[in-house]
Amino acid sequence: MSVAELTALSAAQAIEAIERGDTDATELFEAYRGAAAADELNAYLWVPDAAPEQAPPVGAPLRGVPLAVKDLFCTQGVPSQAGSKILEGYRPPYTATVVSKLAQAGAPLLGKTNQDEFAMGSSNENSAYGPVLNPWDRARVPGGSSGGSAAAVAAGSAPWAIGTDTGGSIRQPAALCGIVGLKPTYGAVSRYGMIAFASSLDQAGPLTRDVTDAALLLGHMVGHDARDSTSVGFPGEIARPTARALAGIRLGVPEELSGEGIEPGVLGAFNATLRLAEQLGATIETCHLPHAPHALSAYYVLAPAEASSNLARYDGVRYGRRAHNGGGLLELYTRSRSEGFGAEVKRRVMLGTYSLSSGYYEAYYGRAQRVRTKIAEDFRAAFDRFDFVVTPTAPSVAFELGSKVDDPLAMYLNDYCTVPMSLAGIPAISIPNGLSDGLPTGFQLAGPAFSENAILDAAYALEQALGFDGSAGRAA
Amino acid sequence: MIDREQVLHVARLARLELTEEEVARMSGELSAVLDHIEKIGELDLDGVAPTTHVVEVSNALRPDEPAPSLPREVALEQAPAVADGGFLVPSPQAAR
Repeated sequence: MSVAELTALSAAQAIEAIERGDTDATELFEAYRGAAAADELNAYLWVPDAAPEQAPPVGAPLRGVPLAVKDLFCTQGVPSQAGSKILEGYRPPYTATVVSKLAQAGAPLLGKTNQDEFAMGSSNENSAYGPVLNPWDRARVPGGSSGGSAAAVAAGSAPWAIGTDTGGSIRQPAALCGIVGLKPTYGAVSRYGMIAFASSLDQAGPLTRDVTDAALLLGHMVGHDARDSTSVGFPGEIARPTARALAGIRLGVPEELSGEGIEPGVLGAFNATLRLAEQLGATIETCHLPHAPHALSAYYVLAPAEASSNLARYDGVRYGRRAHNGGGLLELYTRSRSEGFGAEVKRRVMLGTYSLSSGYYEAYYGRAQRVRTKIAEDFRAAFDRFDFVVTPTAPSVAFELGSKVDDPLAMYLNDYCTVPMSLAGIPAISIPNGLSDGLPTGFQLAGPAFSENAILDAAYALEQALGFDGSAGRAA
Repeated sequence: MIDREQVLHVARLARLELTEEEVARMSGELSAVLDHIEKIGELDLDGVAPTTHVVEVSNALRPDEPAPSLPREVALEQAPAVADGGFLVPSPQAAR
């Protein structure tokens, strides 16, 4: 098969092509390795020189379909820099559990993808290695923080990818790049070997061209890991979605997340999909998440607080960048961190340190944890009446590079519709929801903890009815 | 709201050395973000339990069995400076 034919296949189709004998794992890997090495979007930070010498394990279900991996997943002997200068050249001595599991299942490492530094950002402009460009319009951002993974999948230089989502870092770039992104239930996937941002929120998930691929990839990611004591695994198997209708499905549309602040074109596409869902048999009703408007505030206390603690380990002693200008131990720490961290990371470390500092802890951190409880209660109440809560994924389409870098608060508002689910620890998917002004928009479905199979089924039914064509992104 | 002195105090706690320009910018930016965050002060949260973790896992313990860990030379491989099988750092007592 030609390179163009190979890279046009979804991952599920590529697996079938290998099983039929139309291609093999090496030919497929080489096709994608070439595409990744030729990438002009700055989506990749590392691509191997050759296909793996070892064939995928015998009988491995993913058959050798290669996987793009966000930079912050540790990969033994391969640069893992989390988009940061402070980890420049770092080659970890071990591999993240989820990357090992996927390699074992037959998805070898295709490359490491660009990201916002330590996953802090919504535009990929906070990477120390330069911004990623959106394949639909190179003057625009791909979203973030998993912007490299999203752009690579959308541009067809990877069949699929993994990313991490702390407040929307899988779902928002998926929406802005016209692909599928799923944040699993907190604890479903091991965090071992993921360079930490905010440990009570971070969760790995798939970024794929379609819902079927998302289910396929997720199925090999979930599972308890003795090395992550917060992992609980997944009850049962992730099934391949098959639903063609939404008969009897009750969709709740939270008033707080589907009106004010959402761009008209995005809202129009969202409402059109609600009507489509109705035609497929779903019932649509307005619902309320009264505390959702406070989710962003709580998130921007909790996540920076956890980050300020997690990032204390970067001190120039055991790994990573060390400042070379003399002085004592304290100067070594301070200078290494000041030289190594970018502006947004410093901002969040400062914010987190402030809210945890003596005299402010209860007013900020303590209250934010209580808001988190109320948000989880809001969702529980909604799920008594509805199967899913649905919202636009991001308030706008992809914005122009540089347009929000000087206004942190405007940048943080990108996470308005995705942060509430993160705080509640519940699963949510973003699927391509048509275009607004020629740019992709996303439709988000969220369900109760461990409802991934139901979410994937509903998303699949909508995807089939929507018939979104992502090939324009791949032609870029 | 967050003044220069507070910025410098927090930077010391966070082991960050900020340039004069960064101090000025940080003061404005943190104040704007904190203004937004302070809206949670308006909520009635009396009697609401804090959520530290969304998954109910308690006392996740592993069996107390010895197992090999990273060999010393592997653990030291990525260190910027090494001496006598350990991480090399300047003396904490070195003059400021």
